[in-house]
Amino acid sequence: MTDNIDNLATEPPAGTPVGGFTTGRGPRLFTGGGRRGVVISTVSTVIVLSILLTIFLLAPGARTFEHAFFSPHNMWQAFIGNPKKGYYSVGAAIWLNIRMFLVSEALILPIALLTALIRQSTHPAMFPIRLLATIYVDFFRGVPLILVVLALGLGVPALDLPVISHQPDVVYGVTALVLSYSAYVSEVYRAGLNSVHRSQISAARSLGLSQRTALRYVILPQAVRNIIPPLLNDFISLQKDTALVSVLGVIEANQAADIYSTLIFNYSSFTVAAILFLILTIPLARFTDRIIDRDRRRRLAGAVT
Amino acid sequence: MTVPGAFEGTTAAVEISGLRKSFGPNLVLNGVDLAVRSHEVICLIGASGSGKSTLLRCVNLLEPIDGGQIRLFGHDITGPNIDPNLVRRQIGIVFQSFNLFPHMNVLRNVTLAPTKVLRMTAAQANAEARALLDRFGLADKAGDYPDRLSGGQQQRVAIVRALAMQPQIMLLDEVTSALDPELVAEVLAVIGELASGGMTMLIATHEMGFAREIANRVCFLEEGRIIEDAPPAELFSDPKDERTRRFLRRIVEAKRL
Repeated sequence: MTDNIDNLATEPPAGTPVGGFTTGRGPRLFTGGGRRGVVISTVSTVIVLSILLTIFLLAPGARTFEHAFFSPHNMWQAFIGNPKKGYYSVGAAIWLNIRMFLVSEALILPIALLTALIRQSTHPAMFPIRLLATIYVDFFRGVPLILVVLALGLGVPALDLPVISHQPDVVYGVTALVLSYSAYVSEVYRAGLNSVHRSQISAARSLGLSQRTALRYVILPQAVRNIIPPLLNDFISLQKDTALVSVLGVIEANQAADIYSTLIFNYSSFTVAAILFLILTIPLARFTDRIIDRDRRRRLAGAVT
Repeated sequence: MTVPGAFEGTTAAVEISGLRKSFGPNLVLNGVDLAVRSHEVICLIGASGSGKSTLLRCVNLLEPIDGGQIRLFGHDITGPNIDPNLVRRQIGIVFQSFNLFPHMNVLRNVTLAPTKVLRMTAAQANAEARALLDRFGLADKAGDYPDRLSGGQQQRVAIVRALAMQPQIMLLDEVTSALDPELVAEVLAVIGELASGGMTMLIATHEMGFAREIANRVCFLEEGRIIEDAPPAELFSDPKDERTRRFLRRIVEAKRL
């Protein structure tokens, strides 16, 4: 933070291309250069795309590949589904992914924050809870998500506990996503809490704010702003990882595409699933860039040295 | 034991006795005795690392002390069962690096503590904050975020933020050291106004001319002790201690006095 501020005093404003790269702000798709810049970027885009297309069209298996993955008929059929022929609509199944994502996210944000706050606590009485939180984070960051999904989805029903063991598979899938991602996101929160300079805590406490109030109004808002990019990055990743719940047989987009390809012997259903996932994630990625740009401005003051 | 500057029979606003503070093996305050009377302005001078800032942070309970005692209007605030938040309500502190909250506009910076700590209503806190901002020439900055302000303006907002808690005492920790030279005057003017308004202040500063002008007493610190404690006219023109003379000589050589 300090270095950043010091640099800004002597260097050109952040975002100015330095040596061909932008500095100090989020990735920008379209950089400056005026009208000439637009011409250059258009020509360069056309050339690159032509080369890629030529390589694709010249490949010996181009025709087979095109039919297997990009057949318009199969793509449409996979998208709308046909219960009579035994396959599901990928377009409808993606709603399950979206719902899993939304529920997971709503649970991950508070659980991860709580975990981070426990790990950041310093009181001796908190030691056992702090130890548990550390073990939890280490464990779930270390175990592949697909194993967590399988362990919960197959293991918990086998325990035959009342209620807990009699949930739909999607519940175990979402629980696995929440457990795994909360561990990751808690580390992101922790980085955010550490990114707020100690002097901000001094300033808040010196005004008579209690530790809680200082955390709530001074530290957390700044911490969260600092971690919006990595947080949204994890969201994007989570959106895709909802597909892993398919290993439990849950009919989400990936599973629906798989069923289609098994029945019809055409992979275009996966292309449909991929396109749908892209439609979900790309807006979030662009939104992330915008948030980075917008909040950069406000972060530059106050917390120097 | 008499503490330098203590009025006989009068309770000092702040009375520090035998204050010791270490950071690890580093002894920063080595038995500081100092009494600040109400409405008195005391400037602490001394080289960097002499303990001025640490002394102020200890008074505001931002640093736990290792020995000695600090009394606020006669009450020991360094003993057990002291709520530091209650103490800090009476003592405002302003830092060298402003430390405004960058995610809040000026008005919110000023009203946060009054609404959350003093439980003022938003309307009352806003009204009082605007009155203070107006008094210090910042009325038109109320809606701005700190990064839109100059260093001098930021520091004045920081002073207003501390004043909004209606403190009995203000601690100023080298509040002009991070400012460009042309912005120093506006901040010093604010402090001058506070002094003439009768605010009790303990000021760590490198601005010797300012200290000479505003202080009732100037204390020279070296190696965690108060070496000399005298009215400014006396300390600057006729320092008694060889170490004070040496320090002031260096200041004069650096053309800072």
